[in-house]
Amino acid sequence: MMRCGVIARKIGMSRIFNNNGEHIPVTILRLEDVEVLSVKSLDKDGYTAVQLGFSNKKLKNISKPLRGVFAKANSQPKEKVAEFRVSEDAILKIGDKLSVNHFILGQKVDVVGVSQGKGFSGAMKRHNFGGMQASHGVSISHRSHGSTGNSQDPGRTWKGKKMAGQYGNVRITTQNLNVVKLFEEEGLILIEGSVPGSKNGVVFIRDAIKYKTPDNAPFPAGLANENKTNNEDISLSNIDNNKETSSELEGGEVEN
Amino acid sequence: MNVIDKIQKDQMDKIVAERSIPDFSAGDTIKVDVKIVEGDKERIQAFEGLCIARSGGGLNESFTVRKISYGEGVERIFPIFSPKIAGITVLKKGKVRRAKLYYLRDRRGKSARIVEKIQVSKKDTKTQVDQPVSKEVAEDTTS
Repeated sequence: MMRCGVIARKIGMSRIFNNNGEHIPVTILRLEDVEVLSVKSLDKDGYTAVQLGFSNKKLKNISKPLRGVFAKANSQPKEKVAEFRVSEDAILKIGDKLSVNHFILGQKVDVVGVSQGKGFSGAMKRHNFGGMQASHGVSISHRSHGSTGNSQDPGRTWKGKKMAGQYGNVRITTQNLNVVKLFEEEGLILIEGSVPGSKNGVVFIRDAIKYKTPDNAPFPAGLANENKTNNEDISLSNIDNNKETSSELEGGEVEN
Repeated sequence: MNVIDKIQKDQMDKIVAERSIPDFSAGDTIKVDVKIVEGDKERIQAFEGLCIARSGGGLNESFTVRKISYGEGVERIFPIFSPKIAGITVLKKGKVRRAKLYYLRDRRGKSARIVEKIQVSKKDTKTQVDQPVSKEVAEDTTS
């Protein structure tokens, strides 16, 4: 049982107070017209997956080859297209629209995004090196990485030696984040903690691979048109209740 | 209004509906009623002291209260919109010239005092002007 994920936009961060008075730092993510564009099947493609499109875009800004993709799915042109591997029973229909009800409160998710680029950075910033001394004869190279290897024996620098280079702007997965709150109408998901990427960046949210997906999570997917009853009352007071239930599921992992 | 503002405003409105937040600033002596949960029971404990700073804005705003407890200075920082606060009461307005009174940390006793601000609101001055001033003064002296 492997459900597909969703594509969302990172709006920014805020905080939420639960009823215990504890404050929870949250990242706000928004689903924008997430729609199934095509489906990969075992017979035809040799593997099963669901291709999703995210956020409607103007047709004039879409390249001609991509227009064909959207025309085939009979959908609006999308900003981002991504594929999620799913198990055979979790395949969706083309045209299905995903909603935030795909996830349930207290669930653990993994979020995939492209981290903020820091450009070409030195060893101190990139690998937390200590740099060199401020005095005692060190000149010009106060922030350098120092020695990069041994003497004649290897006679070379080891592969993978940590040095200066491009830092950030890579795909990063943050695992095991809590779903704190869902706003069905606005399509918002509030996730505890931070998420890779900049504001307005596009991220993928999927069920955490290191946790069992809760049994009451909609299967094969939480769709926009059918109203699931799982999260009917998504008020702040629900956070505590759901945290309790989730901690029961996970064997008291969550502090409450 | 963007999404984050809206989420924050909803939370602020919810707290304001439960308890009003008085107008106070650094230099004021205030009493903060804090909800404390012991087992299943909830009780309220007051923390009374001098507000020495307010910082942040919107939902993230917080204030620092300082008091001397058994000869030891104690400071607590409360988020203004924390659900753990049952109420805030202003006991005394202080006359200060700074927004942050961190200098009080180095002071003890007499030099750590803050002069009370005698507030004369506009309404009071108006009534005083309306009435004959001499009569009022006379009454005061007799009493």
